[in-house]
Amino acid sequence: MNFDRELDARGLNCPLPILRAKKALGEMSSGQVLRIVATDPGSVKDFAAFAKQTGNELLSSAENNKEFEYYIKRK
Amino acid sequence: MSANPELDALINQKLDELLPQKLEALLREREEAKTPSMTIIATKGTLDWGYPPFILASTAAALGWDVTIFFTFYGLQLVKKDISDLKVSPLGNPGMPMKMPFGPDWFKSINWNIPNVVQGNVPGFEAIATSLMKQTISNNGVASLTELRELSQEAGVKFVVCQMTVDLFGFDHADFIDGMDYVGAASFLPVAQKADVNLFI
Repeated sequence: MNFDRELDARGLNCPLPILRAKKALGEMSSGQVLRIVATDPGSVKDFAAFAKQTGNELLSSAENNKEFEYYIKRK
Repeated sequence: MSANPELDALINQKLDELLPQKLEALLREREEAKTPSMTIIATKGTLDWGYPPFILASTAAALGWDVTIFFTFYGLQLVKKDISDLKVSPLGNPGMPMKMPFGPDWFKSINWNIPNVVQGNVPGFEAIATSLMKQTISNNGVASLTELRELSQEAGVKFVVCQMTVDLFGFDHADFIDGMDYVGAASFLPVAQKADVNLFI
């Protein structure tokens, strides 16, 4: 999947991945896609809730090898 | 009164049918358009209890909520300029696991059962517990309290401080970070009244 910006949130724990993602999205323009890689297992539900509440679309959420990868489209 | 009781009955029946639907739709619309809000009363001044207010406030702000934290009593410690010296005390806190943040896994998994009488009498016990907790925090990729506080302020979380307790404990405004309002309960309560979520921590 194509993306415009990447956020490495590996090794960070709640709530840092969400806070960093929010900050990154804030610096992007509407329609751009942010790719996030995280290792916090709690981030799966958190990113889903974050997307739902903020209106930024969660395009995909996947796990491979204990790493979690998210694509979020800026509202 | 209308001259036509049948028409009245019909209108009433229609209204009974339509009003609840209309009202529900309007309320839903209003709910969706509303910015959620939260107020937190932060009353504790230890390293461990400093986390919940700042984690919840910064996260709520990231979700787009309006957030206000009211710092009072020992919570004042959380808005002092330097909060890197906040301590945690395992004394009288049987819920706190006492585990080592270093060494092999089998060693790290041991929960050291240290009696209160030892914790309370060994000089420097609190300092050791605090430094172990800080190590654990950083090992786990958890933000420092200072970082979370900065992130909260950057995200627009409003900090308000109880002036009465500032006076009570003999603090000065110069002891605290900038960008805060000093208020009383009468200023805070109307904000809390309008908030969707109120927490006392």
